[in-house]
Amino acid sequence: MNLWQITTFTVVTAVAATLLMMPPGLLLAWLLARRRFRGRVLLETLVSLPLVMPPVATGLILLMLFAPRGPIGRMLSVLGVEVIFTWRAVVLAMTVMGLPLFVRTLRAGIEQVDRRYEAIAATLGAGPFRVFFSITLPLALPALIAGAVLGFARAVGEFGATIMVAGSIPGVTRTLPVAIYTFAETGRDRDAAILLAVSATIAAAALWLANHLSSRAGVRP
Amino acid sequence: MIALDFRLEQGSFALEMRERLEARVTVLFGPSGAGKTTILEAIAGLRRPSRGTIAVNGRAVYDAARRIDLPAHGRHVGYVSQDVSLFPHLNVRRNLLYGQRRGGRLELGTVTSMLAIETLLDRDVRDLSGGEKQRVALGRALMSAPDILLLDEPLAAVDVELRRRILPYLERVRDEVKVPIIYVTHDRDEARRFADHVLLLERGTVVRSGDADAVLT
Repeated sequence: MNLWQITTFTVVTAVAATLLMMPPGLLLAWLLARRRFRGRVLLETLVSLPLVMPPVATGLILLMLFAPRGPIGRMLSVLGVEVIFTWRAVVLAMTVMGLPLFVRTLRAGIEQVDRRYEAIAATLGAGPFRVFFSITLPLALPALIAGAVLGFARAVGEFGATIMVAGSIPGVTRTLPVAIYTFAETGRDRDAAILLAVSATIAAAALWLANHLSSRAGVRP
Repeated sequence: MIALDFRLEQGSFALEMRERLEARVTVLFGPSGAGKTTILEAIAGLRRPSRGTIAVNGRAVYDAARRIDLPAHGRHVGYVSQDVSLFPHLNVRRNLLYGQRRGGRLELGTVTSMLAIETLLDRDVRDLSGGEKQRVALGRALMSAPDILLLDEPLAAVDVELRRRILPYLERVRDEVKVPIIYVTHDRDEARRFADHVLLLERGTVVRSGDADAVLT
């Protein structure tokens, strides 16, 4: 077993997934917290769907979309990009599964921000974009950090969707949870136990980092 | 000069305004619920009237018939509310500079010395006293070089003693910064001391209009 390879691969892909969640996540959290528009409930449902659906089912949907003959996969293969059963599929599954947690946490944080700050900023000449990045987001910073950590933790632990779209190819797509399952399944209990300890360590480190960052941010509106 | 001719409905409350405000300081006076704050919010672009027009110095910022409705950030209106909304994550200096307009008439140094807040620049806004907060909020609005300054009961949250100390600063702003002020209060003395023109409001309409002595009898 290549413990080091599995661990770094999982952490790096999870970090990439967390970063990928941010642009759509910021937009979605802001839309859901601050805008009233037609189709809002539908959007809210779609965002949260991966949270309530069996991850394997979400994985199957992604497989159908991103397979070489699927609607998105076909476009990507024209560009020469393969997704299914590569590291990209791992990142994709992690992003989709982590996004709802990121959006829901950040949205709740944004809703806590007093709208008078935003109104005052607007009277001082700040457009919606500047208001969001200079007022709303800094005041919702603890929620942003919490959401990112939850999204990251979900990404590290992602199993069902990953196994569907990326499989368990040693050295290519095998992440920690998938490896734990594979080892436990094939009777390699010692390897599984080691990976279990690594998983617990990563989770604890993420939580510690989140607490550290939010206390340093120290913003209490 | 502010030209107001609009109607704003909100549930069972209806506000009807048809006024031209040309004085240096216009005081909106009346009991709470009369619609004073709503008028300021409509001028600032924080609340949309049902119909009519609002013009600041000849520039239409709202005109229902012509489908003009400038967003708050395009109106150049300074707004200071009674619950001072200093941005809690920025220090005093960064609060003051937040809305600084290029080519504005006022330098940071001018504003801070006018309001005696030079020594507060590097302080955390959460450590300021009520009166200091109010002066910083006023300075922040001035730094955005507004065409008009809206003050919504700026002294309501401070005690009598502090009020006596802040009023002179407001008068300095009035005298030194040539910007028309609309001042909301339900304090008779404040109105009398500060107003060139008073509008008395009750339940969404102006019931009396004139100089302070005539209206506040």
